[in-house]
Formats: sequence, C-alpha cells, structure tokens
Amino acid sequence: MIDPTTNLAIAESFLQPMGSVAADQLRHLKIVTLLTLIAVVPVMVSMPWILWRYRRSKPSGEYRPKWESNWTLECLMWGVPIVVVALIGVNLTIMTFRLDPYKELGKDPLQVQVIGLDWKWIFIYPDEGVALVDELVVPEGRAVELTLTTDTVMQSLQISAIVGQIYAMPAMTTKLNFLAVKQGESEGMNSQFTGNGFWKQKFQVYSVSKEGYAARMNKAKSSDLALTADTYAILAMQGTSEEAKKPLAIENRQGPIEMVLGDPKIFQRVLARYMVDEMTPESQPGSPFYDPKKSPLPPASDKPMMGMEM
Amino acid sequence: MLDAIFGRLTWDSIILVQAVEEPNINTLITASAAAMMPVGGVMIVALLTWMKWWKPLFEWLTSVDHKKIGTMYIIFAVIMLFRGVVEGMLMRANQAVGLNGGFLSSDHFNQLFTTHGTNMIFFVAMPFLFGLINIVVPLQIGARDVAFPRLNQISLGLTAAGGFLFMISLMVGEFSTGGWTGYPSFTGRLVNPGVGPDYYILAIAISGIGSTLTGVNFSVTIYKLRTAGMSFMRMPLFTWTALCTSILLIFAMPPLTACCAMLGLDRFLGFHFFTNDMGGNLMNFINLFWMFGHPEVYILVLPAFGVMSEIASTYSGKRLYGYTSIVAATMCIAVLSFTVWLHHFFTMGQSATVNAAFGVATMLIAIPTGVKIYDWLATLWGGRIRFTAPMIYLCGFFVLFTIGGLSGVILASPTLDYQLHNSQFLVAHFHNVIIPGVLFGILAGIHIWFPKIYGFRLMEGLSRITAFLWAIGFILAFMPLYQTGLMGMTRRTVAYEDPALVPWMIVSGVGSLILGLAFLSILVTILVSVLNRKKLMVPFGDPWDGRTLEWWTPAPTPEWNFAVLPKVECRDAFADAKEKGTAYQPIEKYDDIEMPSNTYYGFIIMIMASGLGFGLVWHMWWLAILSLLGAITTAITYAFLPQKHNVIPAAEVREIDEAWRRAAREGRGITRDDEGNQANQGLACPDNIK
Ligand code: HEM
Ligand SMILES: [Cu+2]
Ligand SMILES: [Cu+2]
Repeated sequence: MIDPTTNLAIAESFLQPMGSVAADQLRHLKIVTLLTLIAVVPVMVSMPWILWRYRRSKPSGEYRPKWESNWTLECLMWGVPIVVVALIGVNLTIMTFRLDPYKELGKDPLQVQVIGLDWKWIFIYPDEGVALVDELVVPEGRAVELTLTTDTVMQSLQISAIVGQIYAMPAMTTKLNFLAVKQGESEGMNSQFTGNGFWKQKFQVYSVSKEGYAARMNKAKSSDLALTADTYAILAMQGTSEEAKKPLAIENRQGPIEMVLGDPKIFQRVLARYMVDEMTPESQPGSPFYDPKKSPLPPASDKPMMGMEM
Repeated sequence: MLDAIFGRLTWDSIILVQAVEEPNINTLITASAAAMMPVGGVMIVALLTWMKWWKPLFEWLTSVDHKKIGTMYIIFAVIMLFRGVVEGMLMRANQAVGLNGGFLSSDHFNQLFTTHGTNMIFFVAMPFLFGLINIVVPLQIGARDVAFPRLNQISLGLTAAGGFLFMISLMVGEFSTGGWTGYPSFTGRLVNPGVGPDYYILAIAISGIGSTLTGVNFSVTIYKLRTAGMSFMRMPLFTWTALCTSILLIFAMPPLTACCAMLGLDRFLGFHFFTNDMGGNLMNFINLFWMFGHPEVYILVLPAFGVMSEIASTYSGKRLYGYTSIVAATMCIAVLSFTVWLHHFFTMGQSATVNAAFGVATMLIAIPTGVKIYDWLATLWGGRIRFTAPMIYLCGFFVLFTIGGLSGVILASPTLDYQLHNSQFLVAHFHNVIIPGVLFGILAGIHIWFPKIYGFRLMEGLSRITAFLWAIGFILAFMPLYQTGLMGMTRRTVAYEDPALVPWMIVSGVGSLILGLAFLSILVTILVSVLNRKKLMVPFGDPWDGRTLEWWTPAPTPEWNFAVLPKVECRDAFADAKEKGTAYQPIEKYDDIEMPSNTYYGFIIMIMASGLGFGLVWHMWWLAILSLLGAITTAITYAFLPQKHNVIPAAEVREIDEAWRRAAREGRGITRDDEGNQANQGLACPDNIK
C-alpha cells in the first residue's frame, strides 16, 4: 500500500488557500484592503504636499491663521469614511454569515471530534472508529465538521490554509466547518498560548482523494492501540505527541499515533467530567500535579452537551 | 512557626539564589536584572545622602502639587519603559535566532511577554499619560490645582504600589506566564498554583484602583475648576481628550477590578467563577477583561490625539481646523469604545449575528478616527509649518498610525480575524497603533511641556534624532510582523519551525536594536539638556508661541500656576491676547493664595497597599491583614484631620508676577526663526503680528 500522504503540494497559510473558506478569506482581505485605501491614500498623498506647500521656510500657499472650517470639506471628511465604512460593513456582514464556522458546507459532513490537550490534538473519527493524534486527514471535496473541546485550558485550533481558527474550551464544544477543495498538505496549530510546549503544538493536515482517505483510515483501523479511558489519561499528560509515545510503550514507532476507537463515547466523557465532580490538581490535565491514575473519566452524560449555539 | 511568618516564601523563591544553585543563561539574565534593583537602590541611597537630597526627596514625595505629581508619574514611567524596551529587545533577539528554539527557555520567554505587555500598558503608557494630564490639564483650564489634591497623591501611591509588586516579582518568585490578558483557566489555581498569577492580579488591581480614582479626580477637575469664561467649547483639545479619558477610566476600570477580584477569589478561596468545573466559565473573564480592555486602548490613545491636535495648530501657527468636528469625533470614539469589546474574541464560537454586529460596530469607530486625521491635515493647510521635533512625531503619526488603522479595519472583519487572531499580524497591529499613536504623542508632549515645568527647553536637534530613531526602529521592528502573521506565525511563540520566517525575524531584531537606541536617545536628550540648561532657559514661559492658557505663565511655573486666574473670552485665549497686545498687561489687584500643604497620606497608602499585595501573594496573612487595617485606619484618620493650607501672601505673589509682566512688556519677542536657538527666552512674537 502506498502512503496516500506523500507527494502532496504544501500550503503554508491562507495565502495559498487549500480550502473554500480560506480562498474566500483571502479574497475578502484584498477587498477590505482596497476599500480602506480609499480613505487612507488621501492622507498619504496630501501630507507631503501640504508639508511642502506650507513649510515656513519657503511657503507657497497663503497664510490663513484664522481659517477653521469649511462646509464642503467637512462633508467630505465625514462623508468619505462613512461611505467606505458602509461598503465594508455590508461586505463584512455578508461574509461573516457566509463563512460562519457553524454553517455546514455540504450535505452530511464528515464528523470529526477534536480534543485539545497539552500539547497535542486528538482527532476522533466516530464513523470510522478511529482516532489520530496530531494528524487530520480529510477527503478532498467533502464537507467536514469538527466538534471541539479541550481537557485543559482554552486552546484555539487553526488550519490556516483551509479555514482559520476556532477556540476550544473545557466543558464546552465549538464547531468548525470546512471543505478542502484541493489535495495538499498543510500544518495546523494551536494559536492560543497554553504554556511551555505551546509552540510545538502543531499537527499535519492532509487533504487526499477518496481512495487515499479510505486507505489511511484502514491503516489506522489495523492499529493495535485503542483509545480508551486509560490510554486517554496517558495522552492527557503534558507533552507533545512524540513525548507521549514512551508512556504508551510505542517509542520506536514512526509517524503519528493512530488508534482504534476503544470507547466511542470518549469525547462525551471528557465533556462530562466537568459537570460531575470538582476537579483536583491530580485529576485536571494541564495541572503540574496531574496523575493519570487519579484522573478517572465519568460515564457519558445523557443530558445534551453544552454547545455554543445560541 | 516560620510558615506563619513567611507563608510560601522560601530561600529558593529568591532569584539570586536560583542563579547560584542552577546557573544558566536564563537564570543569569533574570538574576542580573534582579541584581540591578538592590544595586541601584544602594546607589540611589548613597547619592541622596551624599548630595543631602533626602529632604527635597520627601518634599516631593509628600507634595500635592499637580506638577510634581505629574513629574513623578513620568519618572516612574521612564524607568518602567526601560524595563519594557529591554524585554522587547530580548524577545526579538530570541526570535531572530528562534528557528527550532532560541536561547531563552520557554518559561523565561513566557514571563517576558507577560511582563512586557503588563508593564507597557499599566506601568508605562498609563502613568506617562497620567503624568501629562496632571501637568497640563490644570494649567490649560486656568486652575491652581486638581479638584482633590490628596486623592491625586493616593492615585500615584497606588500606581507605585502596583509597580512595586510588579518589580519585586523580578527578585522574589516569578511573574505570571499567562500574557497581559491573563486568561483563566491557564491562570487558575489548578493549572498555575504558583505566585505568578497572584502577582499579576494584585499588581493590576491595585494600580487599577489608582487609575479609577484618577478618572474621578480629573472629571471633577475639568467639570468644576475651569476658570471664568472657559466654557466646554472653549477648552483646549488636550483637555477635551483628558476629559474623555477620565470618563472612560471611571467606567472601564471597574470591570478589570471585578474580574481580578473574582479570579483572586477563585485562586485564594476556591471559588468557581472561571474554573473549568462546577459551573465556572472562563468566557466570563474574557468578556469582563475586554470590557475594560477595549476602552483601555482609547484611554491610552485619546490623550495622545489631544497632543497631536495641539501640535498641529501650534507648530503651524494657526487655529485648529474643525474644532467642533474633533470634539464630536472624540466623544463618538469614547462612547463607541464601550460597544466593541467582542472583537477581541470573534473566534470564541458565538453566532454570526453577534460577530457581524460587533464587527460593524468596530468599523464605526474608524469613521471619527479618520475624521480626526483629516482635521489635523486640514489644520496644517494654510499654516506656516515648522519642522520641529513634535512636528516630526506628528508626520510619523500621520503615515504610520494610518497604516495601523488599515490593519485595524482588516482585523475588525470577523472573517479575517478567524485567520489573523492570535497571529503576529495582531502583534504588528497593536504596536502599530500604540507606538506611533500613544508613544509618539507622549514623547512629543514631553518635548512640548517640559520647558513649562522645568524652565528650560530640551535640545531640539537631539529630540529630532530621537523622533527619527523611534520611527525607523518601529518600521523595521514591526512591519515585518505583518508579513509573518499572514504567513501563519502565531504570537507568544518562543520558537518556530518554518525557515521562511528567519529573514523577517532578523530584520525585526535589528529594528528592536534601533528602538533600544531610541530609548537611550531620550535619556541622552534629557541629560545633555540639563547640562546645557543655562542656554535653554525660557523664563517668559512661551517658547513655542503657544495658544492656550498654560503658556500664559512664567517658566518654571510657580507653585500657584496663575497669580490671578485668567478670564477667557474665546478659544486659544492666549493667542488672542498676544494678538491684541494685552497678554502682559499689569494687574491691579492680587489676593492671598491658599495652596494645600504637603501630606504623607499617599505615601502611607502606598506602603500599606504594597504590604497588602506582597502579603497576599506569599500567603503571609499577618502582613496582609496588618496592611489592610493600616490603610483603613490611615484613611479614617486623615478624613478627620483638618486639611492644612499654605497661604502665600498677596505681596509676594505681586512681586513675582509684576516682575515677569514688566520684563515681558519691555522684552523683544523672537520670531519663529529663532525658536530653536538661544535667543528663545520664551517670549514670542507671533507670525501674524509682524
Ligand atoms: C519599544 C519597543 C518594543 C518592542 C521591541 C516590543 C516587542 C514586543 C514583543 C517581541 C512582543 C511579543 C510578541 C509575541 O507575542 O510574539 C510584544 C508584545 C506586547 N507588547 Fe511590545 N514591544 C515594544 C513596545 C511596546 C509598547 C510601547 C507597548 C505598549 C505601550 C507594548 C505592548 C505590548 C503588549 C500589550 C504585548 C502583548 C503581550 C502579550 O502577549 O500578552 N509594546 N512586544
Ligand atoms: Cu465557551
Ligand atoms: Cu478592541
């Protein structure tokens, strides 16, 4: 089996968009910049000219020390910014609704649950029964919906080349919808500062063909490692995913950690833990005293999860 | 027993001890910074003793004179700016070599950006502005002091106490690593049990209370103490912006105090306001913080706008264009600034409707801001522009601040914020508005009003060099960050993995070196000017052909400011009087002047507040309780003590004032050609009179 993730074009950020949202964002950036320039350019152009014309050493314009208002000028000064802001405002509103991260970008989007930990991300594919750590693989052309939470402090998951970012918060879920329109490889990251390993909290993102996606999932399904409350507690220790390999006893394995989904409710159980007990320094991932053995996950709650939808 | 006395404090908390036990580059850097404080302290004590300056020092510390209090704010801010600039340079140096890891440890870098940000906002920018406001506002409205002189001293004391806690964290313990925004649950008890976040909370809460009081004080001062005839629409623009800032302070500081107090309750008493569990919610902190945080940026920038207005009209020898427009725009900004806080967390997952509403609200602020810039440009139109140091700051401001506004409009779009939030683009943006906006305003303001208070000008040439260094340094240090931000580099990152970022980071590092020079250049300017002060004297008090009341006093301004409170009949009253030739007419009747006398009130409150903060941070409960009780007792005692006054007899005032007026009538004013040389004794012959 060939690895579906080799030989992909690499995109660094939304300047080389790989997703529909990122492409729209780049276009919007250009429009906003151009519109704002309408108000900015007059300043840049007139300033040197005025300075030159009215320099005290050799002025060429008339001295009018008492001149202090002019209705036409006043209307222009208020009018131009108002018009520019109105234009941008309309544009901004349309784009905000169009690119709302909660809006699904196609029928039946691929569901991925994301748990942010110090300093790694777990991507759970409930339909495939698979979990990947610090690797997100999506099929090109299929809408994807991430549902995010964290089990430590607040984080922000960002995939610049495809969609942008959204906060992930403990005890809460947020959503990020996107659609990769090109095959390619990029890097995602956490952009919300979370401590010492923060800068290493990056993950690989692959947008691949349908076949490539299936192959990748099949490979993960054959893993001998399962994501259960116990392995989860180990992953929740502070450290990068590479550093987590040792306690998981897979030091010598190359590539990202891949697991079958031992407990399909793990995401809900992580959310539930903040509804049930008071956290202690030993049970709270991210605390310096965290102890995987003393951090039991409660059963998933039947009550609906607390989302951010209003 | 020892625990009861020292709480959490142990030998290992002391940074110097850490450096001995575990010497490496990080502990050495912190230890040498920490060592500067005792060494500096000993040197200062020695100097004071040797020069026999203890008595004058205490005369200053107990003074309620707004000019002295203002000066103390500014000295405090300059010292803190030194620390802030050094920290900025360290971070930039680290990132210049930060591909896959710089020379600083992650923990050290994290403390650096936290202290740098906290310091620059709370202990540099705000004290600088309070200093300027203190010095200038009473003079501009024709008053002898502020409404509550003792309260003013207490505000300074609380700011200093916050600064003390902030500085002592360099020697004992550590500061927070949670950024200047200090979001829980990262700063919560479970994740960060150490003293860092406690220092952070207490330092900003204590100084924050001082700021609230400053807001109260100056609102009342401006409402109540304006001299006869000074209606609102005749107030100088700087006073207008000071008024808006004061009102903003009153409304914006309480959310900060509240969220600090709540986080404190979480940390000290196990409450659950912002915890992950038990129904706590960190989003509430973020909301409260930015309900303060956004108005705060206008608290900072509005007075700077005020300075820009004064520069535009004074240094082009002309009335301000569109006074009414600018006042209206300032008020618009002040009100709107409370309606946009959510743009600091567009990415928190709220609905598109909420985001769009706040995005549009944010855009709206761009309108009055744009209007002000156009108004200043129009002010220059038809003037006689002199390229003095303040004018250089103003020009730098025009170009650079406008670019900052452009990036602000970009960030105000929720769609784009999903990409640029938390990135280096953001870092570039806020430095882009803070340095060319706030800092340029402050530095220009110091240059302008320095001679008013101390009697001599700053060296013009050196001041110009300083201005250019700030502008060039800023461009090199921060423009590259727009690019790296677009390339996807986050803020607060000790290192990065993308080699394409290296060249940008190196340019930025070079820029920060120039900013370091720019800071030195401020000190050199002041030092050289002090040494040459004989040649720079401006005893008549009007070195720039000023237009507003503050220039209508000798320099240095006497303790009582105005021998007889001036009457005002129009805007730019002093310019008008000069034009009519009535500026220095003799005055018939002088009265005794009552000035509030010195008091230890603020000084004692400062000590108590420092003790309270330090005691709480280290869990030395006895210290905290004693200090709190002490502060309360002090306040009650002083409330019952009759306030003392110094009376300056009319005869003494007459003698000084008449001499000044006579000399001014007999003297020959200089034209603006001689503004920068020794002929400038502070007596102006305006361009429009010749
Ligand atoms: C004088 C030269 C300055 C330099 C070289 C400098 C440099 C820096 C650097 C390197 C950072 C960290 C960026 C990051 O997170 O990656 C930073 C953050 C910051 N700076 Fe500055 N800065 C300077 C001046 C100022 C001034 C004048 C202010 C405000 C009055 C200021 C306010 C801040 C704030 C609020 C932060 C954010 C801290 C945080 O992340 O919590 N800086 N600066
Ligand atoms: Cu939330
Ligand atoms: Cu804001």
